[in-house]
Amino acid sequence: MSDETGKSKTKTSRRRFLGAGLALGGAAIAGRAHASEGEAAILEKKDWNQYLGDGVDARPYGHPSEFEKSVVRRNVAWLTADPVSSVNFTPLHDLDGIITPNGLCFERHHAGIAEVDPAEHRLMINGLVDKQIVFTMADIMRFPRENRVYFLECAANSGMEWRGAQLNGCQFTHGMIHNVMYTGVPLKLLLEEAGVKTNAKWIMPEGADASAMTRSVPLAKAMEDCLVAFKMNGEALRPEQGYPLRLVVPGWEGNMWVKWLRRLEVGDEPWHHREETSKYTDLLENGKARRFTWEMDAKSVITNPSPQAPLLHKKGQTVITGIAWSGRGTIDRVDVSVDGGRNWMPARIDGPSLDKSMHRFYLDFDWDGSPLLLQSRAVDSTGYVQPTKNQLRAERGTNSIYHNNGIQTWHVKANGEVENVEVS
Amino acid sequence: MSKFLKSAFVALSMLAVATPAMAGKFDLGREATAAEVAAWDIDIRPDGQGLPEGKGTVAQGEEIYAEKCASCHGDFGEGIDRWPVLAGGQDSLKSERPVKTIGSYWPYLSTVFDYVNRAMPFGEAQSLEPDEVYAITAYLLNLNDVVDSDFELSKQNFVKTRLPNEANFIADARPDTPVVAKGTEPCMKDCKPDAVKITGTARVLDVTPDEAKKQTGSLD
Repeated sequence: MSDETGKSKTKTSRRRFLGAGLALGGAAIAGRAHASEGEAAILEKKDWNQYLGDGVDARPYGHPSEFEKSVVRRNVAWLTADPVSSVNFTPLHDLDGIITPNGLCFERHHAGIAEVDPAEHRLMINGLVDKQIVFTMADIMRFPRENRVYFLECAANSGMEWRGAQLNGCQFTHGMIHNVMYTGVPLKLLLEEAGVKTNAKWIMPEGADASAMTRSVPLAKAMEDCLVAFKMNGEALRPEQGYPLRLVVPGWEGNMWVKWLRRLEVGDEPWHHREETSKYTDLLENGKARRFTWEMDAKSVITNPSPQAPLLHKKGQTVITGIAWSGRGTIDRVDVSVDGGRNWMPARIDGPSLDKSMHRFYLDFDWDGSPLLLQSRAVDSTGYVQPTKNQLRAERGTNSIYHNNGIQTWHVKANGEVENVEVS
Repeated sequence: MSKFLKSAFVALSMLAVATPAMAGKFDLGREATAAEVAAWDIDIRPDGQGLPEGKGTVAQGEEIYAEKCASCHGDFGEGIDRWPVLAGGQDSLKSERPVKTIGSYWPYLSTVFDYVNRAMPFGEAQSLEPDEVYAITAYLLNLNDVVDSDFELSKQNFVKTRLPNEANFIADARPDTPVVAKGTEPCMKDCKPDAVKITGTARVLDVTPDEAKKQTGSLD
């Protein structure tokens, strides 16, 4: 073993030495490949063509290529008072397909990331049940499991855009969403284990973090399709996503998907707690506010091109792509406009079309190099048509903060730069 | 109901009465103790369910607030930096910049007690005694001109202490924009009468300038 290590060190040193030589004599070496002969990418040998790379023990938990360093969640510091009670955004413009990698799922905490020891974690069910019950994580792992892919969207996603275009990048305008496969136990089974009393109508999930997050969830929804999940994309939940246990409330606003889930109270009335009164209520122009606006309406956005992903190749064939989702079912169709919503072309949905999951769409497009006003419009399996932002404003005014699912417009300029705009 | 079914029904009912803590289908988990439920079950409802015994005056609340709350929320609930504003904002809900506070927006006083009790002070949650929470809640009511400065809030008078905006919360009315019959194609051609014009551009180009602070509401 020690001999192997020694060899490896020698090779590394040699590689470093050669690397330094290349850097010093870079100009001279580059000069060997004349443009007329072809491209340096082909004519010159690269380090990775010749020298050995890291062995299998170097990355026991893998990470992305160093060339993907810019693919990260980003925060908008001025949105909230403190990063401990704040949000960051999924880099949608860097992703494809429908699954969000675990490390890129946007974060929203109200008291920072709770680092919970699963051995000391308990889930209690109390209130209107036959048996007030406590489960360990080991108990929960003995219930029958399900695997389901669901999107989780914060109700405030695009909330900064009610009064007009504001943030330049789909990461910031639409990045409070992720889509992963959950493994978990149907909440129904846990509630049945406790025995729900006949006068029960609501449940209240509560988190174990220092915000002790609570929401009121109708019992019917809890019994229909909610999961108590412990895995995302096959591995344990990330701490920032509620390790070791989170509630999954398919199609409904992300705030209800209580992380670090430690308690479920069963009751006959809603609790009207802070996150369903002061927050997550939708103030209308007439001063009234809608409450219990749980469902996430159908929505879509073009992720490429977008302000953080300009069209750098000039005119010709290009791939316009984006995502669409609905809290009421699947996506039936997505149309794309290049003239600000005057005329539309059907896009191609590729990959799985799953209930309450993100869908991926493409429009293979021959760009003539002229400016575009790019939009996408989703229609879901209930016939709901994604509205324009102006339609939403006409109904609700501009003070709602939440549930802005209006059609997004990107202005692609002749030079390929992309800007977030509002249109007539 | 046949005699047989009737007697079977009675037998089943008796069984249910005899064993209220009947094991579930999978026989997993264990019964929670009364002390365990009491330790975690701290939630309060608008009808007063969950309120602990206790009381506190506006004056007592002012002292605790000054020590434990004012550094973020301001001496008068006006909010420091981006921390939540707790008082004022009455008659602002229809304006261009609504100020949503306990007095101007929150529907129920129980929400104030519950939230302060479970999550405040920020970074030292669940450290307050019930009397302290009653006192802070009383002070917040006074800051919002809901009660006089000699008011004492208690478990007894809690439910009849109401917030002014309670009646202004309504049910979800969505979908409030068009839905088409399944399979119907939405408008595809000439959906707008004229060529589309840009009416506004993103105000924030690098996403983090200070000026934007004034232009958008806090998400928190």
